[in-house]
Amino acid sequence: MAGEAQLVGVPELQSTAASAEREKRRRRPFDGRSLLVTSFTIILLAFFLSPLLRTLSLSLKSADQITTIGAPIWPADPATFEWEGREYDVYVVPIEGTNRELALVDKGRQESGFIDPADPDAGIITWQGSWRALEQPWEFAPRWGNFAEVWTRINFPRLLFNTAALAAIGGLGTIVSCTLVAYGFARFRFRGRGFLFLLLLSTIFLPAAVTLIPTYTIFVNLGWVGTWLPLLVPAFFANAYDVFLLRQYFLTIPRELDDAAKIDGAGPFRILTSIIVPSSWPVIVAVAIFHLVYSWNLYFEPLIYLSTAPELAPIALGLSQFNNIYGSEPQYIQAATLMTIVIPMIIFVFAQRAFMRGIVITGVEK
Amino acid sequence: MTITELEAPLRPPQRASRLTLAQRESIWGYAFISPWMFGFLTLTLVPVIATLVFTFLNLRLNQQQPVRFVGFDNYVTMLNDPRAWDALFVTLRFAAIALPIGLILPFSLALLLNSSYLRGSRYFQALFFMPYIIPFVAALFAWGSMLNPEAGWLNGLLEIFGLEGPDWLNDPGWVYPGLVLIGLWGIGSAVIVNLAGLQNVPTELYDAARVDGAGWWKSLRHVTLPLMSPVIFYSVTLGTVGVLQYFLVPLVLNSGTGRPAGATYFFNIYVYNTFFSFQNMSYGATLAWLLFVVILACTLVLFWSARFWVYYAGETK
Repeated sequence: MAGEAQLVGVPELQSTAASAEREKRRRRPFDGRSLLVTSFTIILLAFFLSPLLRTLSLSLKSADQITTIGAPIWPADPATFEWEGREYDVYVVPIEGTNRELALVDKGRQESGFIDPADPDAGIITWQGSWRALEQPWEFAPRWGNFAEVWTRINFPRLLFNTAALAAIGGLGTIVSCTLVAYGFARFRFRGRGFLFLLLLSTIFLPAAVTLIPTYTIFVNLGWVGTWLPLLVPAFFANAYDVFLLRQYFLTIPRELDDAAKIDGAGPFRILTSIIVPSSWPVIVAVAIFHLVYSWNLYFEPLIYLSTAPELAPIALGLSQFNNIYGSEPQYIQAATLMTIVIPMIIFVFAQRAFMRGIVITGVEK
Repeated sequence: MTITELEAPLRPPQRASRLTLAQRESIWGYAFISPWMFGFLTLTLVPVIATLVFTFLNLRLNQQQPVRFVGFDNYVTMLNDPRAWDALFVTLRFAAIALPIGLILPFSLALLLNSSYLRGSRYFQALFFMPYIIPFVAALFAWGSMLNPEAGWLNGLLEIFGLEGPDWLNDPGWVYPGLVLIGLWGIGSAVIVNLAGLQNVPTELYDAARVDGAGWWKSLRHVTLPLMSPVIFYSVTLGTVGVLQYFLVPLVLNSGTGRPAGATYFFNIYVYNTFFSFQNMSYGATLAWLLFVVILACTLVLFWSARFWVYYAGETK
């Protein structure tokens, strides 16, 4: 895999214990136990990721193959042979104790005529028995066209544009608002700060159902149903996870830097833009990626707010609606599934380190 | 730069001089957190109170009768509504399966990934984490296809071992394990959090335990688990809050019908249907409020219980 060079593990919180542990690991010889543990992990991983492989395989199959019993699990077509301008199916024929792959040219009830693709001039070979009982050999034949078909059927460019636009605008709102709020909580003393921060964190435990009905009513009355506004505007009011993540990071930036800037006459905004933000790129990137993944997952809000404007739907909703229409054609569903996954996957390969560190900060320190 | 230039006229010098340094700091603090405060008031606090008010009214999405105060009518309806209690029971039954798996699986996987016998741990970490970024609708279709009783690979695998696989998503007895499998790709973040927790356990403690004659199990029980208890607490709490609200996957899978045999008629599905299909806002609000109370009660019990089993290393210092 090309991206492997960039796949780096969890950044351990720096401690001598952790680095000693790593040192020990490096020196341990590869013995039977290592082999056992590593093989077991590989088997587990294979099971864990196997649906991806199945999705890929299914997305490349033909409709005929999917409905044929006994067809291989990889995308394939039954072998055929062209003879005298016509296409004939190839079958595995048992003749004199050996299996030969022969093209069926003359179908009969009790006996059929075959020719050998390797030697068509040898003429027709007659075989006694029912050709329907014979098996067909399969040839690897990926249907790349399935993806092109889905591209137009699902209107993929439109879905991609909608999702990317929602991710970009909402991401901008999230980054700006969460940075401001986190900066307020990290650097200023004010009455009720502790309580307000606790209140912010407690919103994580609030079930969405409790706010859903009035919020929906508010958005209906504002005339925002059928637009992106119900999906985008809340992003500009910060959220608990990202504020927490950013605040934890801001707290690690030495205050001496602020003070030095203050002496130079910098105000709070100037300190934020010239000191805090430039030293926080790793977490800001993490917040951006979190929001990207969030946008690719958007399903419920678009379902209720964009029901009158299907042309504005993002990709996850589009995919589920595509399934409602083409559910009987699994190759297209799986191709669409793969197309949905591909961009988050690419982003992950490039930014997994920042992403995983963000999860560690929100998860361990809370 | 330009921002600081803008700042100057906003605060005339004579006014600034009247404020003490601490007052000025407070004002800046409030100003910076104001986006959240505004959002909290309009999109959280007001809706929560409104939901409570709605429970005492007869609001409908397509209001025809005049709005009036109905007292505790909605609550009485709820108490006598078998569908509400069935939905709550379904949710709790699923939680009883999904929650323990959601705790033990990431923990075990983190133990495995942290093992010094494992080669290439970092690659495995990244690969086990990777499906976390896959949108849940896509994961649902990938795993749903995997669980297909005829063509799915899982039953094919079971067949190799001579077992007959169930019709996972259409058998009320197997749909919960099926849903757990569909959610499997979401464990990445829990694995990473557990792993970071494990890596924070000082090696000296394991050495000390070994000197005292503790084997693998005893050091897991008496060193790892106590030191991991904050991480476990975090996972239990967020897991409980999450699983009680579980409904997106069954909504996509069965369009909220509860198939098979009502086994996926989760509480939130009922709230959703009451509101959007039956258009009964007030009753939907009452159901939502019940869910809120159940979640709040669980959270409070968990936070109260924490003092008995959650160990914070900082406390003893």
